[in-house]
Amino acid sequence: MTYQEDLMPGKSDATDNDAGYNYGYLNEQTKRMIRRAILKAVAIPGYQVPFAGREMPMPYGWGTGGIQLSACLLGPNDVFKVIDQGADDTTNAVSIRKFFARVTGVETTEKTGEATVIQTRHRIPEAPLQEDQIMVYQVPIPEPLRWVEPRESETRKMHALEEYGVMHVQLYEDIARHGRIATNFMYPVKVDGRYIMCPSPIPKFDNPKLDMSPALHLFGAGREKRIYAVPPYTDVKSLDFEDHPFQVESWDACCGLCGARDSYLDEVILNDEGERMFVCSDTDYCSSRRAQGNFGPMAGREDVAELMGESPQTA
Amino acid sequence: MQTFNEPMIHAQGVTKYYGPMVGCKDVSFDLWPGEVMGIVGESGSGKSTLLRCLSGRLDPTSGSVSYRSDEFGDVDVHDCSETVRRKLLRTELGVVHQNPRDGLRLGVTAGANLGERLMSVGARHYGNIRKEAAKWLGEVEIDADRIDHFPRTFSGGMQQRLQIACNLITSPRIVFMDEPTGGLDVSVQARLLDLLRNLVSRLGLSVILVTHDLAVARLLAHRLMVMKSGEVVESGLTDQVLDDPQHPYTQLLVSSILQA
Repeated sequence: MTYQEDLMPGKSDATDNDAGYNYGYLNEQTKRMIRRAILKAVAIPGYQVPFAGREMPMPYGWGTGGIQLSACLLGPNDVFKVIDQGADDTTNAVSIRKFFARVTGVETTEKTGEATVIQTRHRIPEAPLQEDQIMVYQVPIPEPLRWVEPRESETRKMHALEEYGVMHVQLYEDIARHGRIATNFMYPVKVDGRYIMCPSPIPKFDNPKLDMSPALHLFGAGREKRIYAVPPYTDVKSLDFEDHPFQVESWDACCGLCGARDSYLDEVILNDEGERMFVCSDTDYCSSRRAQGNFGPMAGREDVAELMGESPQTA
Repeated sequence: MQTFNEPMIHAQGVTKYYGPMVGCKDVSFDLWPGEVMGIVGESGSGKSTLLRCLSGRLDPTSGSVSYRSDEFGDVDVHDCSETVRRKLLRTELGVVHQNPRDGLRLGVTAGANLGERLMSVGARHYGNIRKEAAKWLGEVEIDADRIDHFPRTFSGGMQQRLQIACNLITSPRIVFMDEPTGGLDVSVQARLLDLLRNLVSRLGLSVILVTHDLAVARLLAHRLMVMKSGEVVESGLTDQVLDDPQHPYTQLLVSSILQA
């Protein structure tokens, strides 16, 4: 197809990609269908566009929506990064990175700043995103109203008519039960003053990064077969009450390895004597801070050396 | 602004066929502000069909229903946009279902059930929503400390009262009730009726009340319509209809009440 050749100048000389598969694993018709859905999603920020999701060579729940998006986006000149809960070196991240290295031959990286496409499971990198970057999210449940309204026909109607009062019922319940809004991830947002959107299960710490972000954010739900988007420089507001405003998580400690106080921290239990530490969930952010000479209180300890691991080898 | 020389609801020739079967046929009436109208009749006589047509949840085969709405002026319920219809159902109209579980969200607390209608019309202040919810629990005689309990832990009568409170919290002007006392024991029924009568007269609500219980109708309704096989066979002031029934079917209905 000429279409394919247009899209991939230099395919013939590029690369080590697996000749047994079409470029990007999906066939061209499928990619075209998904690209159309992406365009529609970008045109209507926050609206869930249905698409004919394909079977991917991995189970639902492992990121089938995300990899279908990535497969349609990656061109030969892209640089691809995959993170899983902030880390570049976990199984899911490593396998997806390997998969695309094999079926497209694109260059992969762990540096947030170098990547043009970043597929992510449940985190937004700490380093600020730029205009030419695309974030791809893996979404398990795209429907933010699902918790209060199980009927799909009804939730679509509610979106269409902008009947969103019921979203606050969930937040009300939180405050009634816990005295504060205890929802910490999948925190609902209103996009561009219109659609309520589920930002995939990112911690609410990352919600403010979506607001007026220079990058394009694409969300893919493989099982539910929905694609939605937050285009660059779009208003994204987290829902809240006037007397219980939206707040992000905060920690008493800093990152034990790099000393960061401004990043999302994971708690790690070190041994059975109750010792614990907090570490940046974004491994790239943590290691680049250490490379710049920032160290946390536990950076010198031998027993946590594994956590600092020299950045894992690229797939 | 409120004028009393115009009806709240104007129904004209409301007819609903289910295929060849008659749901209700050629029903016309006006409901005035502050008036309670009872619709009585045996089961299967089309009472609920009529109520659903009137409240805009069911499209009639022919005929029209219009409300006098504060926000939208005169609205033809079946000829307006769905946005308007659903907005009305959340603000100026209330629907009390026979089974409270149809009208409540069982997965969230009583307070959230009460707050939902407020939040759906834009309330975004937790403290105020909660205060209003507690006030309405008091209105329907439910202990304020049950505000964080789930409706499924409530007794049947309490669930019904909670459902009524959920409807009244946004001060609707018209309330549709489908057998609000169905399935409750006699003493609970009596208290609920007492409560309803008080609220209705104090808030000046217009109510359409569907019931098969003539005692309920006598207590609450100013005016009665008697239905049989989908048609209104007799209508008039409640006392007049019940004390001097003209139509044979009404006579049968009245005489079949056990005399205490």
